[in-house]
Parts: sequence; C-alpha cells; structure tokens
Amino acid sequence: MNAIDPNVAADASAFTDYLGRHEKKSLLRFLTCGSVDDGKSTLIGRLLYDSKLLFEDQLLSLEKDSRKHGTVGDDIDLALLVDGLEAEREQGITIDVAYRFFSTDRRKFIVADTPGHEQYTRNMATGASTSDLAVILVDARRGVLTQTRRHSFIASLVGIRHVVLAVNKIDLVGFSQAIFEDIVADYRAFAASLGFKTLTAIPLSARYGDNVLDRSSQMPWYEGPTLVEHLETVVVDDDAAERPFRLPVQWVNRPNLDFRGFSGTIVSGTVRRGDPVVVAKSGRTSVVKSIVTFDGDLEAASAGEAVTLTLDDEIDISRGDVLSGAIDRPEIADQFAAHLIWMADDPLLPGRPYLLKIGARQVTAQVTAIRHKIDVNTGGELPAKSLALNEVGVANLSLSEAVAFDAYAVNRETGAFIIIDRLSNLTVGAGMIDNGLRRAGNIHWQALDVDKRTRALAKGQKPAVVWFTGLSGAGKSTIANLVEKKLTALGRHAYILDGDNVRHGLNRDLGFSDADRVENIRRVAETARLFVDAGLIVLVSFISPFRAERQLARELVEEGEFIEVFVDTPLDVAEARDPKGLYAKARAGEIAHFTGVSSPYEAPERAEVRLGTTTAAADLLAERVVTYLQDSGIIPGVEVTI
Amino acid sequence: MSKDRLTHLKRLEAESIHIIREVAAEFRNPVMLYSIGKDSSVMLRLALKAFYPGKLPFPLLHVDTTWKFREMIAFRDATVKAEGLDLLVHTNADGVAAGITPFTHGSSAYTNVMKTEALKQALTAHGFDAAFGGARRDEEKSRAKERVFSFRTDTHAWDPKNQRPELWRLYNSRVRPGESIRVFPLSNWTELDIWQYILLEKIPIVPLYFSAERPVVNRGGQWIMVDDDRLPLLSGESPELRRVRFRTLGCYPLTAAVESDAATLPEIVREMLIARTSERSGRLIDHDDNASMEKKKREGYF
Repeated sequence: MNAIDPNVAADASAFTDYLGRHEKKSLLRFLTCGSVDDGKSTLIGRLLYDSKLLFEDQLLSLEKDSRKHGTVGDDIDLALLVDGLEAEREQGITIDVAYRFFSTDRRKFIVADTPGHEQYTRNMATGASTSDLAVILVDARRGVLTQTRRHSFIASLVGIRHVVLAVNKIDLVGFSQAIFEDIVADYRAFAASLGFKTLTAIPLSARYGDNVLDRSSQMPWYEGPTLVEHLETVVVDDDAAERPFRLPVQWVNRPNLDFRGFSGTIVSGTVRRGDPVVVAKSGRTSVVKSIVTFDGDLEAASAGEAVTLTLDDEIDISRGDVLSGAIDRPEIADQFAAHLIWMADDPLLPGRPYLLKIGARQVTAQVTAIRHKIDVNTGGELPAKSLALNEVGVANLSLSEAVAFDAYAVNRETGAFIIIDRLSNLTVGAGMIDNGLRRAGNIHWQALDVDKRTRALAKGQKPAVVWFTGLSGAGKSTIANLVEKKLTALGRHAYILDGDNVRHGLNRDLGFSDADRVENIRRVAETARLFVDAGLIVLVSFISPFRAERQLARELVEEGEFIEVFVDTPLDVAEARDPKGLYAKARAGEIAHFTGVSSPYEAPERAEVRLGTTTAAADLLAERVVTYLQDSGIIPGVEVTI
Repeated sequence: MSKDRLTHLKRLEAESIHIIREVAAEFRNPVMLYSIGKDSSVMLRLALKAFYPGKLPFPLLHVDTTWKFREMIAFRDATVKAEGLDLLVHTNADGVAAGITPFTHGSSAYTNVMKTEALKQALTAHGFDAAFGGARRDEEKSRAKERVFSFRTDTHAWDPKNQRPELWRLYNSRVRPGESIRVFPLSNWTELDIWQYILLEKIPIVPLYFSAERPVVNRGGQWIMVDDDRLPLLSGESPELRRVRFRTLGCYPLTAAVESDAATLPEIVREMLIARTSERSGRLIDHDDNASMEKKKREGYF
C-alpha cells in the first residue's frame, strides 16, 4: 500500500521503480453510502488504517478521541478517524460530505463519505455526482432496508453504473454464507431496474478487516475479490475517449493579437489536430490547428484533459460555447425535461426565475411544470406542485436562451446542471437532463406557471368583472342573479358580490358616508380583482354612485376584463318600486346620504351595456348581458357550447 | 497496470486547471494566495499551465508576517521575476506597530493578528471576490469537508453548517458585494501527490525542504531554526549545526525542522513515505487542541 517496504526504500534503484509505478497509477473516485449504523465511517477508517496512511500523531489523537467519544469500548474506534467536524463528533453522526484519500500501487482513491441519515439526500447526490462507483453498505443482521433502496436509487439517478454491495458485520452473523446469499439475492432483485453495469457483492467486516484489504480466513466459501482488490481493478471509464467529442469552452485565451485559443476540459471523446470542429450553438465550423498545452503541443487529446485549442478560422466563440465534432453534435434547445434534486430549505417554485449553470454557461431558467415527484424509497411517482428539500422530481424547464447539451444518460458532463437562487445565491438544486423539448411539438409542456389565464382556461372562459351600477331598487341584484343562473347553466363559473354578502362581512365596519362609500367600493373592487385572478366571472352589484370609484375598479383589471352594466332606472320608478322601503325612510330623514335623495348618483357615460328596465323584463335583460359576454369572447358562443 | 487512460496526476492536474480557469472567468477580481511553500509552488505551476501561453490573469498575494525564513523571501522574489508575476505583499502594519511577535504574544494570538487579520485586511482593501488557497483535504479532518469553492461572508467567516452543495464540476461563483469565495484547486491532492508532481514536473521549491546543516535549538522535542538574531535564546540554549530540513514551511519560530539527510527530491519522497509523523504536526499552531483548525477557519484563517 502507500507505506513503503523498507527494503525498497533502502535500495535506490528499487525505489526509482517504485516511484515510476506510482506515477503511473490511475484514479478511482467512489462514494460510500449506507444507513446510520451500517459502519460506513468504520469501513473508511479501516481502509485508511490498513493502507497505513495513519501517522503516529493521528493514531495518538485517535486513541485520545476513542476514549472521549468512542462507541466500541476500549478498542480504537476507526469511525472517529473520518467524522470531521466538532458537532458531528459530538452527535456521533456524519452530517456532510467528506473526502478521503488512500492509494495502492495501482490506484489512488478519492472516497466521498456521505451521510446515511434520511434528511441528507442532497449530500449523497453531491458525493455521487463526482463518483464512478458506489459502495453500498448493508448490515448483515438487517439486510436490505428502505435506506439501502434509497441510496441505490439516488446512486442510479446520479449516473453511477458500478456498485459494490458490501455486506458488512458478517462476523456478527457467524460469517454465514446463507445469510450473505439471501441478502445478495434480495438486492439483485430490487436493483435489476437501476441500470448498474457491474454489481459486485462482498461479505466483509470493516471492524476486523475481513475481506477489506486482506482475504478473510473465516469465509472459505467466498471466492470473489476483497473490496480493495475489486476497487483496484474495476474498469469504469473504458469508453470515455471513444464517445462523441465535447469541449465546453471555459476561457478564451488571447494573450496577444497572434494567438486566439479556446481553453477547457475535454469532457468526452478525443480531438486530433486537423479534426473538423463545430460550435454547437451557432453551427459554425472550423478545423483544429493546434492543441496547445504548457508542456508542448499535442497531436491528440481526449476526455479528462485540460487543453487549449486553436482553429484555422476566426469564428466567433465565447465562454459557454460547446465545441464538438462535425457529426454526433449535442442537442440545442431552450426547453428540456430533467430529473431534479432539490437541495434548499425553500421549496422549488415553478415559474420563479432561477439561474441555471450548465457547463461554462449560465442562463436564467424557470421550471414550467413539475410532472411528478419520485418517492426515493420505492421509485414510485407522486403528483407534486413543488419540490421540497431532498425531494426528487421530473420537471420541464424553460431557459432564457438555447444551450447545447446531451441527455445525462449519454453524457454526465454535458447533461448535468445546477440551479442557483438569484437572491440568496445558494445552490438550490441539481438537474440531470432527460431530453430536449421542442416548442411546437410540446405545447402542453410549455404551459407556464399556473396563472389567471390557466385558471380561467381550465374553466373554459376568460375572467371578467361585470359591474352592475344603478340606483337602489333599479334591479341590479335581480338581473345579476339571473345572469349567474344562466352562466352556471352554460357550465361557466361566476360569483356575485353584492351588498348582502359584502356589507355583512368584509365591509361590516363601513357606514354610508362618502368616505365609507368610497372605501366600500375600493374593497369590493379589490376583491373582484382577486376573483378575476382566480379565473372567475365576477358579477358585482353595487349602487357605486361615483364615476371615480368605478373607474378605479376598471383600472384594477386588464383591458377588456371590466364590463360596466348600467341598470338604468329613473329615480321615480325606483322610488315607486322601493322593495326594501328605503326611499321612504330616506325621505323621512331616517337614512342620511341616500343615493338619489340626499347623495348624488353619477350615471355612467360610456357603459359597455345599458339596460333600460322600464321597457323589458329582467330575464330578457339578463339574456342581453350573457349575449354580450359571448360576443366579447368572455364565454364561448352557443355553437361552441353545444 | 490498469486500463485507465490517464494517470492520477494527470487527472488531478486537469481538475485543478479547470478550477483555476473557472475562477478567472467568473470572478471580477480574483487573487492567488501565495505562501511560498511547496503547495503554493504546485498551485502556481498549475495556474501557469491553465493560461499558457498567456500570463496569469490575476495577481499573487503574499501575507508577510515579517517572520518568514529569509530563504523563503529570496525564493519568492526570484520566482516572481522568473515568471513575470504580479505580486502583492501585505503586512499587518497595526500588528507590527503593536509589537506583536510569536514570542511576546504566543503562537495563537500572533497567528491571528499577523496571518488571519492581515489576510482579511488585504482581501478587504483590494476588494478581492475570490482567493485561491493551496489547502488540501488530506491535511486535516475539518479540511476533508471543505468545498472547492468555499463561501465566506462579508466578514470573511466560514460556516461549516451552511456550505453550498458542490456537484459535478459545476461551481457556484455567485457572491454579493463584500462576500467572497476561497478556492482550493488542490483539494483532492495528497501530500504524496504534491511531491510526485514536483518530482515529475521539476518544479522549483524553497531549498529549506532539502537537508542541509542549519543552526537549530531544541525546544520541547522540536528543532527550531535560528534564522536570524530575533529568536530569543532561552537560558542554556545555544544554536548547534544539525542536518535538518523542513517538511512544511511557515513562520520560522513556529515551524519545526526535522533531522534528515534527504537532500534530493526522491530522497524527500522516500523519507515521506516512511515517515511516522503527519505533516501538520510540524506546525505548532495545531497543537493547542484537536479542533483548533476548524475554529481558525471559521474566523477566516486559510
């Protein structure tokens, strides 16, 4: 392992060989995940301990910590090696992603240690995003648990294709082959749909080291590799250089007028001098003139290398552009469907503008629809209007401009994005693109955030305020009630605001002074506006004697949404009807500020509908209002409703 | 040998270059902290690679405590000249005026004033919104959870409970005025990786890393080098010449030497591989208590 054989160290030429081998090591990034007590931290502690990466002072500190916080009696608690922050040590639980390092002669390993606690899905996704392999721990005594399924699902979601099922604490079940095989069968059945390319099950004991680095003498029945043997040899990037070429441009390198280079990391494929390349978004093409590095120009470079390309032609390329080969280009779209993992305390709000970073490009993006969320324990789909912290869902996104991308399943580098809140600047979500959406072909997918229009469309109408004004006793409420009945009969959605249902509740505190009348109408107008926003046809039946207030009500809603209906009944006719005996009281001086008697009525000058009540019956007048609504497109015409 | 195409060093190098380019592209006013040590030397080489054939699009900043080894300062100035770098040097003038030294005020107070405070002063004065540091996750337990892009508030504080999730290689560079990001391009390198890279790339490092006869005194079991006459000798102490070298470089009264004959890079690597004492134990700052690094980081130490 990393510590060196003293004989090799002593022999200068053997040591040179040793250094040569270590220079040629490869790198494997993996994550460990498991439930709280599965022994994850102990396993990583074991890997560090067995690979002799602990120095004396760390061991000393470990022994000291074991006495203070340890959970395994007098033994050294290996988990304490890796549980980093003070608070975590005290709680005895890992709460964030920690990165550990160890190496063998063949490989260097970067381990993302991710927490098993339920509320930290986001940390596991974070660790998985940079890993090629997942070690999923299972306690041999407990077998496959809900958390095991959740971790496997998230690993699969984030594109992990190589899994080790580490059946830990096998010593506590008597190194039983039968128990091991039951667990493996259980897991294989469940994981069959998760798309793992390799799945290797290993029985081990992290605490005692069985089958971690060294082969266990307790399990002669197990013939597979030890954990470290497997990690050293598993092939994870066998085809990265053969896949389509992608280079997101990070930096335009322009030290002088004679040099114009495009710097970035090749995320997939291979590029050679003389290859044609295409700027994905603009479609402009050129030919690779040179592949420049500090260490000299290259003939070819492939996935994982950070290079600078110069091209034969002066074409417009800037940061955020993606260079690709002439064939197998990335997709270009400003809308796509993606799996999202929400990572913030504030929920995802469809319709809110967020920042989206994909490759080296940052754009504004909205979630236009959440198709469903996913139960990470079962993989089941659930309806959702938003996503809360640690929830996973499938959503449609609309971007402020088109970007180049590939489906995440095809390319983890060009198919991944993060979502940043524009106000808090926090990284609030992670996304994996499923497929692009074309505007024409997917009209129902670009439905925006639920708004007035969508609410009204769901009701088969346009929202509107039909404002009935006129003297007391003019017939406003009678006609309005008839209109509501007719609209309801047509399957439309209407609601009446009148003195009866407003004055007794919302406006109970108001009297009839001019000031109170103005406030009365203001509140009614505001309420009507809310109902319009809800997609309703609002029938307002108020005397509303002043033009200014009716104008105010009109201006609260959009052009065409306010229909003023003047119920035109002469004062003497209204006073003669006097259905509530109010005129009599007003004339007797018992009601102050009574419209038409002791307070003015300002008749409308340009009402959309004027109803003369002295020449037609109320039902006919109501019919005229409905016809007006049909003619102006508020509700469908008769031929449509049949 | 495995079938993987790239060596681990090639992959680490590419990752660091990617991070450095990302910072230069996305921040308004970045700076690279330059401590003159081996990690800084590697980080500087990676930055030069990132922008080759162009020059660095940001300056270097050295926080000079006035207690750096003389050889470090000479090496710094030679490097700046050789690479044509833009170097800013900042010293906490208030600390100097107040007569703060490691001897009069203890290592902890001294480090706070002359390093942490000095760094904050410089970052604030220049309005840097990103600062590269050469810290590695393998150095110490609380470093293991540090992000590559580590957010700092407008008072340069780090909140380990409220770190931004970091996925793929998509780094969030958004900050409000006054806030900043500490960027650690060497996050995933280990000490062995650093040495192997220095060996492979023939990167110049301060001669203090190599064994030589140097005047030292033994204090509390550690060899302290007498770099100039500012080191107060305790009664009974007299400097002696020993073959020593430094595994880590800081301020000379706070950084202990180790006895060693390793005078070449392969010898240093070999010695490191059979070492039985971890890297930071040479830095007296960490001995206060186990969680001291985390506390210092929260306060703004790199």
